[in-house]
Amino acid sequence: MTETHFVRTQMIEEQEPPGATTGAVGWMRENLFSSPLNAILSLLSLAFIYWLLAQALPWLISPTWQANSLTECREIIAEAGYGGACWGLIRERFLQFIFGFYPPHLYWRVVLDFALLAVALAPILFTGLPRKMLYFSAVYPFLMPWLLWGGTIWTPVMAAVGFVIGYLAQRFLKPVVGDLAATILAFVLPVVWWIFLAGPVPNAFASILPLAIETVESRAFGGYMLSITIGVVAIALSLPIGILLALGRQSDLLIVRSLSVGFIEFIRGVPLITLLFVASTLLNIFMPPGTDFDIILRVIIMVTLFASAYMAEVIRGGLAALPRGQYEAADALGLDFWMAQRLIIMPQALKISIPGIVSTFIGVFKDTTLVSIIGLLDPLGLSRAILADSNWNGIVWEIYGFIAVMFFIFCFSMSRYSMYLERKLRTEHR
Amino acid sequence: MKQTVLVGALALAGLSAGVAGAATLDDVKARGKLNCGVTTGLTGFANPNANGEWEGFDVAVCRAVAAAILGDPTAIEFVPTTGKTRFTALASGEIDMLARNTTWTFTRDVDLKFEFVGVNYYDGQGFMVPKELGVSSAKELDGATVCIQTGTTTELNLADFFRANNMEYEPVPVETDNEAQQQYLAGACDAYTTDASGLAAVRATFEAPGDHILLPEIISKEPLGPLVRHGDNEWGDIVRWTLNALIAAEEYGITSANVDELAQGTESPEINRILGTEGSLGEMLGLNADWAKNAIKAGGNYGELFEKNIGEATPIGLARGLNAQWTNGGLLYAPPFR
Repeated sequence: MTETHFVRTQMIEEQEPPGATTGAVGWMRENLFSSPLNAILSLLSLAFIYWLLAQALPWLISPTWQANSLTECREIIAEAGYGGACWGLIRERFLQFIFGFYPPHLYWRVVLDFALLAVALAPILFTGLPRKMLYFSAVYPFLMPWLLWGGTIWTPVMAAVGFVIGYLAQRFLKPVVGDLAATILAFVLPVVWWIFLAGPVPNAFASILPLAIETVESRAFGGYMLSITIGVVAIALSLPIGILLALGRQSDLLIVRSLSVGFIEFIRGVPLITLLFVASTLLNIFMPPGTDFDIILRVIIMVTLFASAYMAEVIRGGLAALPRGQYEAADALGLDFWMAQRLIIMPQALKISIPGIVSTFIGVFKDTTLVSIIGLLDPLGLSRAILADSNWNGIVWEIYGFIAVMFFIFCFSMSRYSMYLERKLRTEHR
Repeated sequence: MKQTVLVGALALAGLSAGVAGAATLDDVKARGKLNCGVTTGLTGFANPNANGEWEGFDVAVCRAVAAAILGDPTAIEFVPTTGKTRFTALASGEIDMLARNTTWTFTRDVDLKFEFVGVNYYDGQGFMVPKELGVSSAKELDGATVCIQTGTTTELNLADFFRANNMEYEPVPVETDNEAQQQYLAGACDAYTTDASGLAAVRATFEAPGDHILLPEIISKEPLGPLVRHGDNEWGDIVRWTLNALIAAEEYGITSANVDELAQGTESPEINRILGTEGSLGEMLGLNADWAKNAIKAGGNYGELFEKNIGEATPIGLARGLNAQWTNGGLLYAPPFR
């Protein structure tokens, strides 16, 4: 009796998975209808989404882009027999929403400014880019206000000179007067420069070599360019100031610590709108009558201070989460305070704080809409002014919807970037 | 790092602080621009058009003043102010004058130390109701729900009116005009009350304006006018007489169309004095002889401004009413130019 063995001599071809588990059907079975309860919930959700779209789409798709007033919109809709939204408003006022009252022949300056902002931010945000681009990032803070406000180029140049003075003081006075004195001088000398010389010196230079572009008054700022200007400056400044405040709060020096704690607690204890009212009304009364202290600068300063206080606490959270051993390791390596902060503490503390930092950024950007209450025409303030036009009075959903969508785009990109950054910096648990 | 620029600007501001304190007229002339406070947007009175130029009835007063002083109705910096910031902006000198549909009241004039130079619009609080409510007088509103903007004098007027007539009402507080429109149209309240000019402007935007009526009762006095700070009477005089010139121009038939012709000299000594061909009124104000001519040319006389911005030909469609010349039964009465 011969034994029969059934032995396969070749591999079976790889089979397609069952039809019900792949493709759209498989995905749906797995994600939407994996159990009776899930199936019911999915169907309910689908019905809800359908209902929402059925309500919104006929309203959104409206042939009113060319209308010049609300009345015209209504005529067009009555004629077409469908639609509901009056988009002519957005078409007519789109540029105003973006640029405010900026002179139209100078729009290129705003566009260039924000394009350069992207260039300056890129090497900071994405480490893959050439490091040389960072030089441009350093120049940009002085270029930006010059492009926006115009005037002589010597003012931003002189402002930059202040930093050079500070750097030189730190670098060359250290051997002469000692570490602490050099650090103090590095703060004091630039301030002296800005207060006493940055005013007259640019005028002197301007009379020799007048390199100037057309000046634009702050009053001409409005719409998204105002929001972005306030937001970007406050965001960019609040991080370094916040770091300093967070360090100050942990300092052993009594005065530095008390000042930091006092500042942070005071600013956090006061609503932003109060600070804005101080900026717009109280400062005016305290200063000598006729002083023309730019309203937008006042607002930027207040928003920056506000954001810095919150930022300081977020970063303090990061510092507190860092194990004690990290500080001790830095000390053991013989690093001085600033080197330890720069090389060991901050990179880790900031990484921990990223979600909090970005939340604060997003919050600051959205808070810029509060300036409409003190009469600045940011998108919300502008919407009120535009709705006062008798052509458009009576429109609500379109204009606020448009503003909301624009803000969502900005804030959502910030939040996506923070998630990208978190993924990239996740080094410990891989 | 951008802070440097801020600090630099702070320093500049400190340096320029010493210059202030001169008379407002000199400041305006030196600046070459009039800083005029307006609303952040009120239909017919002030709003920016698609090109970013401000227009409206209050704006026209600013333009006339700028034209009278500087000869150029566009030499203005419009400063949008909210109800909360308007008085501090004026008191602190951020603006030279305020033309922002502000009611002339005792406390604003005396306690807040401002000077109302006149009235450019006599307003009063009214009611709007849907036609189907079947109400023809505010006295029949007993038990009604009323949409009302919070924190305004209208709120107090409403309470006074209902108490005086021994009626009950339920207030529905709203924050802005736009919100009020939405609430009213959605039927959240039976009646909407605010200044009559505002009601007319709101009704004009409705899909079916005919379905709503303005009740005949006007329950408050709201004289709206431009104002300046206490303490610089010469400046107040300029704004006051520019407004008077616009009103007088209508009375004497001077329009933007014929002002150049009339400025050649006419039979009427009053017109000649206004337009500077006789006497030295401009010089007394510290202005050129053709100050009033420029002011009238800027946008026209009072009547022209009214018709162009809020009159019956516009969507707002306000009748002259109290704002007619005294010769037509209104309250506009410019003092003599002599």
